Amino acid sequence: MTTLGATAIRAARRFASSLPALFGVLIFTFLLMRVLPGDPAVFFASGPNSGKEEIETIRKQMGLDKPVPQQLFLYLYDVGRGNLGRSLMTGQNVTKDLRERLPASLELTFSALLIALVLAIPLGVLAALKPGSLVDHGVRLFCALGVCVPTFVSGLLLIYIFYYLFGVSPDPTGRVDIFTTLPPAHTGFLLIDFALAGDFDGWWAAFKQLILPACTMALFVIAPLARITRASMLASLGSDFVRTARSVGLSWWRIIITYALRNAILPVITIAGIVFSTMLGANVLVEKVFSWPGVASYALDALLSSDYAPVQGFVLLMASVFVIVNLVVDVLYGIADPRISIG
Amino acid sequence: MTTPKPLLDIENLQVTFSTRRGPVEAVRGISLSLAEGETLGIVGESGSGKSVTGFAMTRLLDASGKIAGGRISFRDRDITKMTSASLREMHGSAMAMIFQNPRGALNPIRAIGQQIADAILAHRKISASEARAESLELLRAVKIRDPDKRMNAYPHELSGGMCQRVMIAMAISSNPALLIADEPTTGLDVTTQKVVMDLLASIAAERGMATILITHDLGLAARYCRRVVVMEQGRLVEEADALTLFRSPQHPYTKRLVAASPTATSRVQDLVTDDEKLLVPAVPLAPPPKPAHGTPPLLEVLDLVKRFDDGTVGVENFSMAIAPGESVGLVGESGSGKSTTSRMICRLLDQTEGTINFNGQSISHIPARDFHRAPQRREIQIVFQDPNDSLNPRFNAFDCIAHPLIRLLGMRNGAALRQRVGECAHRVGLPANLLERFPHQLSGGQKARIGIARAIACRPKLLVLDEPTAALDVSVQAVVLQLLDRLRREDNLAFLFVSHDLNVVRMMCQRTIVLRNGAIVEEGESHQLFDSPKTSYTRELVDAVPHIEMIAAEKMAAGA
Repeated sequence: MTTLGATAIRAARRFASSLPALFGVLIFTFLLMRVLPGDPAVFFASGPNSGKEEIETIRKQMGLDKPVPQQLFLYLYDVGRGNLGRSLMTGQNVTKDLRERLPASLELTFSALLIALVLAIPLGVLAALKPGSLVDHGVRLFCALGVCVPTFVSGLLLIYIFYYLFGVSPDPTGRVDIFTTLPPAHTGFLLIDFALAGDFDGWWAAFKQLILPACTMALFVIAPLARITRASMLASLGSDFVRTARSVGLSWWRIIITYALRNAILPVITIAGIVFSTMLGANVLVEKVFSWPGVASYALDALLSSDYAPVQGFVLLMASVFVIVNLVVDVLYGIADPRISIG
Repeated sequence: MTTPKPLLDIENLQVTFSTRRGPVEAVRGISLSLAEGETLGIVGESGSGKSVTGFAMTRLLDASGKIAGGRISFRDRDITKMTSASLREMHGSAMAMIFQNPRGALNPIRAIGQQIADAILAHRKISASEARAESLELLRAVKIRDPDKRMNAYPHELSGGMCQRVMIAMAISSNPALLIADEPTTGLDVTTQKVVMDLLASIAAERGMATILITHDLGLAARYCRRVVVMEQGRLVEEADALTLFRSPQHPYTKRLVAASPTATSRVQDLVTDDEKLLVPAVPLAPPPKPAHGTPPLLEVLDLVKRFDDGTVGVENFSMAIAPGESVGLVGESGSGKSTTSRMICRLLDQTEGTINFNGQSISHIPARDFHRAPQRREIQIVFQDPNDSLNPRFNAFDCIAHPLIRLLGMRNGAALRQRVGECAHRVGLPANLLERFPHQLSGGQKARIGIARAIACRPKLLVLDEPTAALDVSVQAVVLQLLDRLRREDNLAFLFVSHDLNVVRMMCQRTIVLRNGAIVEEGESHQLFDSPKTSYTRELVDAVPHIEMIAAEKMAAGA
């Protein structure tokens, strides 16, 4: 199909044009880490009383005695070969650490985005159908609350209600109960892996662990999604083609879903992409509250202990995710809107 | 044919809109009736309530519009009291509507075949493939070429005229008894306009549908409708047989409207009725100055070529000359290159090849980007098409007119500037107390005057007018055209008048150039060119414009 081909070319072009930006991010983060106060060598020496020689030795081991440009060069060389360095905190390769933790973050973020979209789109549509009505105001209030309450408060609140008061949720510590046997890791997404293994008890356990943090994150992003849905739905309900649809007597559902909503969904796709990238990196608080072994809390721990390599690796990862998400949004947009692939 | 009961009967219809400034009465008690298969024209200017009446008849008013009183009975059922379910049942199957701006009226992300099938499936329980076959049939009926291929096309891939055909196909898909067309051809080229209207008329006649044509164009209504009603400010002021209305209008408003509508024989000074002439300062009508032979042309264009980056040719080998004080019309359909040409001449666009000489000096070597610094910028000024979008919304009328004086003449804020702006405003008939207002506080005609005042502020020698009245009502257009003609005579201005309206060009311009696909098809003295066109294309253009003698002849032939 020509449209698919055009979309692929456009996506490839977009990807190529974002490579310089990725490179810039790489260098910027590297320099930023050198500028920030804190010396990893001091931090990782055996104790506060360790001697100067010991610190110097560690520094030499880490290559920190070399001049900064040389360090940068070495770093770029390593990154080029796919080696993001070794974390002093975990003693493992950063690549390995991130690969273990990224699925946890992705699974959480995807679930949260899904919940948010499933709630936000109908809410936005409802609000747009009767602007100024009680429903509209109710949706607005709900959205405002979602944005106003910080995630660590709403997270703790949810834990209090569902874990402490009602006891329906498992204790909020990580992705799965420590006694549960993990399924063979195919995707790293526990829900999918459990389903693939046919272990539905395990799936249910993982689901119960996931649902509270996912809801916490979703609450925070429902507002922008619902508001943009409402605004673009209002615009498309007032458009000429919806009037045409009414003038030929299409059914209510046809008009709302096929005519109005499909057009209104286009800006929502864009916002959803932005929301997704933001959630993935910025929701360190949710990961902390629920002891979720994700990349954001990993990066925060590394930052606090001046562990250069994981932080740099994390920022590079986020930048790449951002690029990929934008690409996906672009492709989705091209599929959803036939006018795009022409231009 | 005697029909005891009319198809549609409107009694004392009133429609109000709730706005921020309180309720606005859009329709103030009109009564109409329409028989089966009849054609009725509703004519009026913007704000007359003609479209609102159409939307009220189909109950498609915006949420802010309410039918405040009256009765609309359609086949003996009162539409104003129908439930939304029975309205939905009626829409499309009993009455359907065709809208202005056909491209916007179609769903941009749904294939057109699918949209027509949607309309069919809304009223009949047939399978999707049957509906598809039927939409293909409808595309054929509205004479779309390659209907099989077009089934999967999206609106943006079709021209405006094509989109309107698709809209017609949707409207007739369930054989309604009444078809309401709201400005169906506004914004389309004259030739397209004729084709679409002919198609609409023949389909309606074939299927015995009654039609209501809502339009601002008296000529169009006269040509396609047997009976015409005229609306002004929400009221019906006159109702008559189309030809009678045109030949002997009774109501003062209708008289004004008929006078203001340019026809093949009208002159600029005839555009307003006698009672109105008293309001406008008398214009000394010297005969148009004939350019003396041997005077060098003010503007000389030689072999102008414009090729766009994607390889398409915009304009090819365009040559022309304009003498000082001469007015030259440039006509053609959309895509003919008339706007491209005019933009190159007023140096808003760079040409690919060719030379443009102004007052004996070449201006074509100055890139469009730098032309604002050239001394000739003052001499060549432009009046733009859209009076709304061509004014800075943050500038009041004074600033708009003062802007070129400050930028091009280097005048400073002060008494001299104020005096000069006041003078310009006076010349275009803009009251001084309106100078403080911002564009959104002014009417379309007033904004057009500001655009003209701005253009003449630097006392140019050549005015490039790009469809200066296309967005205006006929009565406003009449006044603006008179104003332009007076200014031209007073200042010995030369005009390059770009327009798609042949009657306007015939009136305003001594010579006319017909463009097609970027090349000159024909040129010559305006009256001669329009009265006896030499090329078939010009003849086609001229024939597409409805005029009263032709309409009378046509109606006679039809046995009316």
